[in-house]
Amino acid sequence: MAILVDRSTRLVVQGLTGSEGRFHGLRNRSHGTDVVAGVTPGKGGQDVDGIPVFDTVAAAVEETEANTAMVFVPAPFAADAIYEAIDAGVGPIVCITEGVPAHEMLHIHAYVHVRGVAMIGPNCPGVLSPGKANVGIIPAEIFREGSVGLVSRSGTLTYQIGHELAQLGLGNSTIVGIGGDPVVGSSFVDVLARFESDPQTEQVVLIGEIGGEEEEKAAAFIESEMTKPVVAYIAGFTAPPGKTMGHAGAIISGSAGTAQAKKEALEARGVKVGTTPTETAELVAALVRA
Amino acid sequence: MDLYEFQGKELFRRFGIPVSEGRLATTPEEARQGAQELDGPVVVKAQVLAGGRGKAGGIKLAATPAEAEERAREILGMDIRGLAVQKVWIERASEIEREYYLSISFDRGAKKTLLMFTTQGGIDIEEVAVSSPEALARLHVDPLEGYHAWHGRRLVYEAGLEDPGEQKQVVKIVGQLHAAFTGCEAMLCEINPLIVTTEGEVRALDSKFTVDDNALFRLPEIASMRDLAAADPLEALAREKGVTYVKLDGEVGVLGNGAGLSMATVDVVTFVGGRPANFCDLGGGGDAQGVVDALEVITGDPQVRSIFFNIFGGITRCDEVARGILQALGQLETRHPMVVRLDGTNAEEGRRILRDAAPPNLYVEPTMLDAARRAVELAA
Repeated sequence: MAILVDRSTRLVVQGLTGSEGRFHGLRNRSHGTDVVAGVTPGKGGQDVDGIPVFDTVAAAVEETEANTAMVFVPAPFAADAIYEAIDAGVGPIVCITEGVPAHEMLHIHAYVHVRGVAMIGPNCPGVLSPGKANVGIIPAEIFREGSVGLVSRSGTLTYQIGHELAQLGLGNSTIVGIGGDPVVGSSFVDVLARFESDPQTEQVVLIGEIGGEEEEKAAAFIESEMTKPVVAYIAGFTAPPGKTMGHAGAIISGSAGTAQAKKEALEARGVKVGTTPTETAELVAALVRA
Repeated sequence: MDLYEFQGKELFRRFGIPVSEGRLATTPEEARQGAQELDGPVVVKAQVLAGGRGKAGGIKLAATPAEAEERAREILGMDIRGLAVQKVWIERASEIEREYYLSISFDRGAKKTLLMFTTQGGIDIEEVAVSSPEALARLHVDPLEGYHAWHGRRLVYEAGLEDPGEQKQVVKIVGQLHAAFTGCEAMLCEINPLIVTTEGEVRALDSKFTVDDNALFRLPEIASMRDLAAADPLEALAREKGVTYVKLDGEVGVLGNGAGLSMATVDVVTFVGGRPANFCDLGGGGDAQGVVDALEVITGDPQVRSIFFNIFGGITRCDEVARGILQALGQLETRHPMVVRLDGTNAEEGRRILRDAAPPNLYVEPTMLDAARRAVELAA
């Protein structure tokens, strides 16, 4: 099973002809993802290593039955690309691009929910279901197939914890990087709900960080809606207020969004929170063995 | 990006929001000149990107140009929450009858724009929210619907504003502030206080304005308002070099790849009993130039005693990063001991490269925790 991407994924890469789009699009294909099309306006009719390129997403869908989109276009054009994918009937949409303006994301967030389209990102590493499909820039070779669902606002920190899990002999159903921006297409709660109903997933790791209140909402959701055990890690205990820590969304505003508050909210709902990535992986291993 | 009061007010003025006339001054003489031009009593206001200016003595009345010069002399150079005052805003003094509060913010939780208005202005809004929540009118704007005049009307009625003349003016200002909020792609536009003068005119007496960094590419005029001289010098250098850097107050310089891992690295240093000197994210890559730039910024901090280089190779391969580090060490003179932890793709190869080259003062550790402990030891 797994969530969001799997063997039925037929991927169209928006921005396939750019250097990043090409590199990762082909990498995703080499992991077994069915990359069926690329879209770059003005380059319709060309191909990238045998993958046909179209001028519009609509044409790509008509010709190739693409059902999932990956957005790799530069930030000023990303919103346009996302709307194009939505209106061509594609979903999930995974937007890797960093730097999409927050006001545009407010509107996109509202629109994808009205249209019932799953969107992941922006400013995210993508989605990987080991052994099935990889959509994004997550290095698939460090993960193995297994029962642990992983959802995170960060990229490399997710790889770190996935790697520690692999060293303890554990694998993943799906790894979802939801992105580090203030507003993203799918929240922790959206992804937790998918893991809860996915038969392959037996445990979940949530990797949060400072800023916003999505971890607190996740804590409430875990308590009331989830039967599967969740372990969490929160980054940014040492972050000073008012400073953006790398991710646009990682900022403590006034007294809101601290790592301590998130940890307490999760622990109050019975979620174990690891102090270090290593301890977090060990907590998961203990769950699996239990 | 946070704007100064005078910059925020300039934007307010462009969107039609009434503000008092003023002049910017960087010297006491300019302050006197400004007060002369304004012809009448003025307020001399410190321009710093920090709250609590009034309490810190950064806002003072002056009846004459000579007094304005004197007050500016006292305020310029003053330290407000660690920031030196380099500019003052000389503004025509207002006859204040009442003080209200109005703000528009980016509500991440609701994923909507949030309007807030209360007639209990001039004080800390978080206090009002706790002590008398019924007095604080809050209303979201649905992103798909957009702003309409009814939003302003409902806000004003729900806050219990009764004077029809004031109602009319405030409703208009809410619309104008919303136009400024969307037009300037703000994360926050706050007017505290929004005053009513003795003549019954409603006017913005202060401004707090934060613009989305990700939108600055299409707002060149606002982007040019950034005051590099006011930033921490190391953070300014980092910005110039394109390095993501936040100064902290410790001895262990930290360099990681990726925002989340870098934050976790800073936390782990604290967890093992050390004090991180900074947050620094090398980004996804690990090329020599990126490493040189980041090291230059980190070692520019005289408090730094050791450096912890924490890399997880994903797409970036650890052998490439190891070569980048060696190349960087060749280009850059650094006396600080450096602890390197490489993990992930090609980590073995990366560690071997570093061990073979064996540069002096470089330690290779297998795990994040071991490396953090070593870096903290070396900083002691």
